[in-house]
Order: sequence, then structure tokens, then C-alpha cells
Amino acid sequence: MSIPVEYYLIVSTLLFFIGVYGFVVRKNLISILMSIELMLNAVSINFVAFNRFVYPEHLEGYMYSLFVIVVAAAETAVAISIIINVYRKMKNIDTKSINELKN
Amino acid sequence: MELLTASNIIFFILAAAIILFGILTVTSKKVLRAATSLFFVLFCIAGLYLQMNYQFLAAVQLSVYAGGIVVLFVFAILLIKNLGEETEQLCGAKRALGIITALTGLVISLITIYKYGFHTDSDRCNDIAAIIDMNEIGQTLMGTEKFQYILPFEAASVLLLACIVGSIVIAQNHKEEKK
Amino acid sequence: MELTNLAPIVLALPLLMFMIIGLFGYKMTPKFSGILGTTAFSIVTIVCYYIALTYFFGSGRLADGSMAKEVIFNFEWLRFSENLVISIGFLLDPISAMMLIVISTVSLMVHLYSMGYMHGEEGFQRYYAVLSLFSFAMLGLVVATNIFQMYIFWELVGVSSFLLISFYYTKPSAVKAAKKAFIVTRFADMFFLMGILILSFYTQTFDFGPLTEVTNNHVAIVSETMGGVTFCGLSVISIAVFLIFLGGAGKSAMFPFHIWLPDAMEGPTPASALIHAATMVVAGVYLVARLFPIYFFEAHDVLTIIAYIGAFTSLFAAVIACTQTDIKRVLAFSTISQIAYMMVALGVSGYEGSDGLGFTASMWHLFTHAMFKATLFLAAGCVIHAVHSNEMDAMGNLRKHLKITHIAFLIACLAIAGIPIFSGFFSKDEILVAAHEASPVIYWCQTLVAGLTAFYMFRLYYRIFWYNEPDYGHHTPHESPANMWIPLMVLTVYTCTSGFFPFTEYISPDLMGFESHIHWNIAIPSVIVALIGIGIATFMYKKKTEYPDKVVACIKNTYHYAYNKFYIDEVYLFITHKIIYKCICDPIAWFDRHIIDGFMNLLSWITNKTSLEIKSFQSGNVQQYAWVFILGVLSIVALTIYL
Repeated sequence: MSIPVEYYLIVSTLLFFIGVYGFVVRKNLISILMSIELMLNAVSINFVAFNRFVYPEHLEGYMYSLFVIVVAAAETAVAISIIINVYRKMKNIDTKSINELKN
Repeated sequence: MELLTASNIIFFILAAAIILFGILTVTSKKVLRAATSLFFVLFCIAGLYLQMNYQFLAAVQLSVYAGGIVVLFVFAILLIKNLGEETEQLCGAKRALGIITALTGLVISLITIYKYGFHTDSDRCNDIAAIIDMNEIGQTLMGTEKFQYILPFEAASVLLLACIVGSIVIAQNHKEEKK
Repeated sequence: MELTNLAPIVLALPLLMFMIIGLFGYKMTPKFSGILGTTAFSIVTIVCYYIALTYFFGSGRLADGSMAKEVIFNFEWLRFSENLVISIGFLLDPISAMMLIVISTVSLMVHLYSMGYMHGEEGFQRYYAVLSLFSFAMLGLVVATNIFQMYIFWELVGVSSFLLISFYYTKPSAVKAAKKAFIVTRFADMFFLMGILILSFYTQTFDFGPLTEVTNNHVAIVSETMGGVTFCGLSVISIAVFLIFLGGAGKSAMFPFHIWLPDAMEGPTPASALIHAATMVVAGVYLVARLFPIYFFEAHDVLTIIAYIGAFTSLFAAVIACTQTDIKRVLAFSTISQIAYMMVALGVSGYEGSDGLGFTASMWHLFTHAMFKATLFLAAGCVIHAVHSNEMDAMGNLRKHLKITHIAFLIACLAIAGIPIFSGFFSKDEILVAAHEASPVIYWCQTLVAGLTAFYMFRLYYRIFWYNEPDYGHHTPHESPANMWIPLMVLTVYTCTSGFFPFTEYISPDLMGFESHIHWNIAIPSVIVALIGIGIATFMYKKKTEYPDKVVACIKNTYHYAYNKFYIDEVYLFITHKIIYKCICDPIAWFDRHIIDGFMNLLSWITNKTSLEIKSFQSGNVQQYAWVFILGVLSIVALTIYL
């Protein structure tokens, strides 16, 4: 008897909301980015688990999480370059103090 | 229901590790530690994929996420002065709001999952899933038929290219241009 | 030349001048703008004379001997409904042709005179612009083909009057007077509009043509549509035409709307001569004359009321005029009195043939009054110009210094007093004849007014030109420049001669004209009364004597009432301030301030508070946005799945 799909879902849900918590609470941009990674991974787990345990005939969820990984990589690269740039300009990456665009 | 087979125990261990390190990722005061925890989370997720017989995905997860993205994070953290050692002060109200939101979502999601009742035929699934090999993955990625993904593949390649160029442009030092 | 081509010039040119001088006047030198306005208006005058004379001595007389009513042009301006159309047009009939002459003559003289009188004044160009506007409006008023066009121009003359009274707008009293004039006349105009609306509601026309068409002793369109309709026990026709008369009473300063005219003397004297003596103030008389068939056949009781109101006003104003010390105010009350004379004449007039004498006399008196009162005002202007004061006490013995003005003023005084050979005698005589036929009360009242008129005019004359010479200091009064006394002389000539023109043959209510001759049985008493008035004035005011003070002491109370204009202004103030403001306006203001504004303030307060509260949503803090977003998603999920 293997693990039912619900268990995977529970794990991914927990992970997702941990990510949500981090996104809302953390102050610096890099921590927020890491929280996003957590959420993305939680979603990936869902896709894969559904693919594996509900519709195994095709590789839809599989491919989806593959592309999620690719996109996450791209996104992280760009985000980190932006963060570094912001840091160069403002000597700070705290979300509270980055409000140049607001005025 | 015999839950305590070897693979099940491994699953529980992985699941516990994912949750634990996930919590550490968002709560640890030092960012470098958070990055380390993130690495473990990603690593354990790769373990989950392996358990589901998706070896290639696990490999990609390890190499791209654990190998690439986390390294990027670490570089960034080290590049940004003092960030590695700096501790964050979180204010209580904000944290409480975060916790309430997360818990509410969690409760709603879990109730939904519990109520939905997935009808899975695990034997059939196991049979079909067991025969996935690299050839099929390659066909699926590069094919143009239904359930084949050449278009997203190409889009992803363009995205990556754009991303490379974009990162270079953004991170480039503009001082020379100003002269 | 065809009248169709000429007539538009009469209206277009003054309007054009108003626009040119009004818009570009500040770029012109004052002199140029004055010359421009005067030149343009002399063209208008020539055209007016040409039109009027062609009409009177040529095209106007029809084969059956009656005068024609010609509509020179008439175009649709605004269509209300199938039948109800506002047109703008040019109606030529005896009274409008006569008014063209009056307005163009006096206006041209005032244009000319003002070049000297207003010389060096701040806002000289503005003055000429408004003068052009007024001329345009007044000409448009008299040639109106329909009652609504008349109303439009009626309001326009009101506006230009307002602008001219407030010409010295830095002087608080002038501003106050302008405001008063505007509000009082506007208040009366409201009745006029109501009257127009009632009339046009029933008759479905604004046009004077059908409205004054008499068949079988009835104005058919009015009696057919409105006959028998009553409201609150009064016939609707009477109500409508009485409301229209009230509008006329406002402009013509009939009691109790007369209060604005004396104060209107704050304006420049030539403007007073033109607007508040010769032309605008007779608009009310003209209006009643215009609608005379309706008044006579359909609402004869209203005509009687008009006669009595006129008689009362003329007596009332004449008494006040005897006590005033400001020379322009004396003239203003004299104007009120004389216009009321015209109203009386209309009120007692008949319709057919020589019964229409009152109507004719009214128009005749309008003409002669315009001339001699303009002369008086312009002469008073010369006097004021010479001594720099309006008060009688600053004047005296001026006949030695202002010879031409003296002669003009004397002739005009004789004319207004009704001394034979001067124009006023003829017109006043006809009015008294008409009054005598209608009602002895009115006749004796008017004869008394004639005596009073002679008295106060000669009181004025003697106080200015004889009496004791006050101390003029080193500044001796001197005669005005030529551009001031020439217009004066021209008007004096009109004053002397206009009595000999056979008005009765041309102007009559039924357009037929009739022969008239001087009724000596009426004329001799009135002349005697006038001579008595002059005699008393000579006795009391030729030299400084004790008598005036003694007389005042005898009738102290009456004198004080009259001197304070019978406290009518105070009554108005009491009614408006103590009653209307207190009982109506204050509660409304309170309601407005506390309920309406309060509600608005509440709304703004709520908005303010709410936005202050929700301002933090727009913080720019992405994490907060994410938090709200997640909560939103969660609530939508919870709602859609579990509800």
C-alpha cells in the first residue's frame, strides 16, 4: 500500500502556507524571494502528485513542474539581479525603505 | 492498511523534513541560514519526486534548484554587505497577521482536501508510472501531438534567453554609460 | 433706398459699435472711441430719420387715410411649439417711427455732449460702449414685432441702465443705486414675463400683429381664447395685462416701483438724460401704448387702474420734487411725475377717432418730454460741470456765468411748465383735455400737478440761475465747451418747435388720425395755474428771502415727509429687511446652512474619515497587498465552495 495522494497534498499545502507566511512577514527582499520559491515548490509537488496518482497515462503535471522549475530559475536570476541593483543604489533591501516610486 | 513500509517511512521522514526546514526558512533570523534551510527543503522535495518514480524530475530539481538557484541566493546574500549576519526584527502584529492568514488558508485547504475524496486506483497508477523512461519524456517534450509540449519548451528557451540578457543588463554597472 | 435694406443698419450698427468699442476700446485713445461711437451713431440717426420721415410723409399713409403697420423684416429666431415662435423683426408704425426719432435724436445729442462732459474720465471707452449697447437695445425695443422680442430688449436696456448707473463703480453709493435699480426693475420684469406667459399661453402667439388686431370692438384673438376664463374671480385677461403693466411700471418708475429712479441719478448726467429721462423710462408707457387695444377693449378696468396709479404717482412725485435740494433729484422726480402724466393720458384715452386723444397726447408728451427733459438734464450737466456739485446750495446767480445754458434751461422750464408756444403746452393741454373728458378727479389732480410742476421747475431755475451768489472761491464757473452747448441748443430747438407738429394726424390708437385744436377752456386754466406756480417760485426764490423757511415752518411735518420722499424707501427697507429677510430668508438661510450644508458636510466628513481609514490600503507596501490578496482569495474560495 503506497501513500495516498492526500498526504502529498497535505505536505504541499503546509509548505505553501509556510511560504505565504514568509512572504507576508519577512522584511528583506531575498527572504521574500525564498518564500516564493517555497510556494512554487509546493505547487510543483501538487502537480507531480496528481500526475502520478490520479492521471498517470500522460505526463501533464510532470511537464508542468518541469517548466515551473525552468521559469523559477529564470525568475530568480532576474529577481536577484534586480535586488543587487537595488542594493547598489540604496544600500538597503528592506521593503519598508524602498519606496522611491511611491512619491 | 500497512503504512509502515520502508518507502512510507521514508515519505514521512521527507515530509517532516520539508515542513521543518520550510518553517526554518521563513523564521530563521539570519538569511544565510534561511538559504541553507531552503536548500534542504528543495533537496527533500527531490526525494519525494524520486519516491514517485520520477527520477528525471528529481534530477532536474536537484541540479536546477538545489544546485543553481540556492547557489544564486547564497551569492546574492554574500554580495549584499552584512546581510548574512544581520538579524531581522519582526514586529508582533505583522507576524500575528501572517500566522492568522496562513492558518486560515491552511484550514480551508485541508478541509477541502479532506472532503473531496480522491478516487485513486493505486495499482493501476503504479503499473503505468513504473514504465516512464527518458525516451518518453523526450518525446513528450519535443512532440507536437496532443499531450506533447514543443511550444512551451520553445517558449521556455526564449524566456531563458531573455532572462540571461535581462539579468546582464540589469546587473550591469551603469557608471561607464554615464560618462 | 429700400427700407428692407436700411432697417437692419439701425440695429446692427450700434451693436457692432458696442462690440468694437467694448472689446477693443482699451486699445483706442478715449477721444477716438468717442468719435467712433458718435460718427457711427450719427449714421444710425440719419437712417432712423430717413425711415421715419419716409414712413410719415410717404409710404406710411395708406389709401384709406390710415397709417400702415409695416413689418420691414421678421425672421424666426426660436420656435417653442407649432404656433409659438419668437421672431426678431422690425415693425414700423406711427409710434415706433416716432420713437426712432426720439431715441436717435436724444442719443446722438448725448453721444456728442458726453465727449465734452465725460472728457478725461476713467473708463471713457466703457461709457461709449455701454451707450452704444443701450442705443441698440432701446431701438430694438421700440421696433419689436412681438412681445417677446420686446422683453429681450427690455432686459437689455435694464442691463445697460445698470452698467451706466454703476459707471463710477468705485463709489459705494453708485454701486448701491445700480443694484437697487436693477433689483427693482428686475422684480417688476418678473411680472412682465408672467404676463407674457399667461397671454401667450392662451393666445398661442407673441406677435403684436394679431394681438392688436381690432375687429368689432374686440381684439379677436384675445377675447376668443381668454374671454370668460377666470382665476380667483378675476378675468385672466385682466390679470395678464395688469402683470404686463406692472413690468412697465417698474421701468417707468410708477408708484410703488419709483424708488430706483432718484437713486439712478448717481450715473453720469448725460446717461441720466438719455436713459433715465428721455428713453428707457418711457418704455413702460410705450409698452402700454403698444398693447393699447387689448387694454382698451379687453381689460378696460385695468386701464382705469393705470389712470389712477398714474394720477397718484404724478402728484406724489411732484410734491416730493418741490422739496429736494439735489438738482438731479428734482429732475428725477419731475421725470417720474411727467411719465405718470403720460400713463394718465393712456388710462383715460378712448379708441376711435378723436376719442383716442389721450393716446395721442401721451405719445406727444412722450416726444416733447424727451426733448425738454433731455435739455434740462444736459443743462443741469453743464451746471454741475461748472460748479462741481449737485446741491442747490453750491449754486446761484449762474445766469451771468453760463449764458447759453441759462437760455436753454429757461426754455425747457417754460416748456415743462406748459407755457404757450413751447412744446410742453401743446402736449399737456391735450392730456388735460382727455382727462377732463374722462374724469374730473383726474383732471383736477393733473391740473394741480401742472401748477406744482411749474413751481418746482422754477424753484430749480431760480435757485440755479438767480438767488444769491455763493462763494465760488477762486474758481469762477464758466460756460461749457462747444461740444456740450451745441447739443443743448439742438434739443432746445426741438423743445421750441415740436409742439407745432400735427401729431394727432399721424398718431392715434386706431391709426386713422384726426384733427385737433387747442381747447382754450382747458388750456387757459392750466396756463393760469402754471403762471401762479411760476409766480410763487419767483416770489420765493428769485432772491434769497425768508419765505421758504416760513412756509417750511408752517407745514413742517408735511415738508419732512416730502423731503424724505414719504419714507417709501424706508417702507421698502422695512418690508424687505424686517419681514421678508426675517421671516422668509433667515429660515431659508438657516435651513440651507444647517440642513443642506450640514448634509453635505456630513457626506464630506464621512468621505474624509473613510478615506483616512482606507488610506493605508494604498501604502505601496507589496507585502500588505499580497496579504489582502490572499485573504480575498481565501474568502472567495470559502464562499464559493462552502456557501
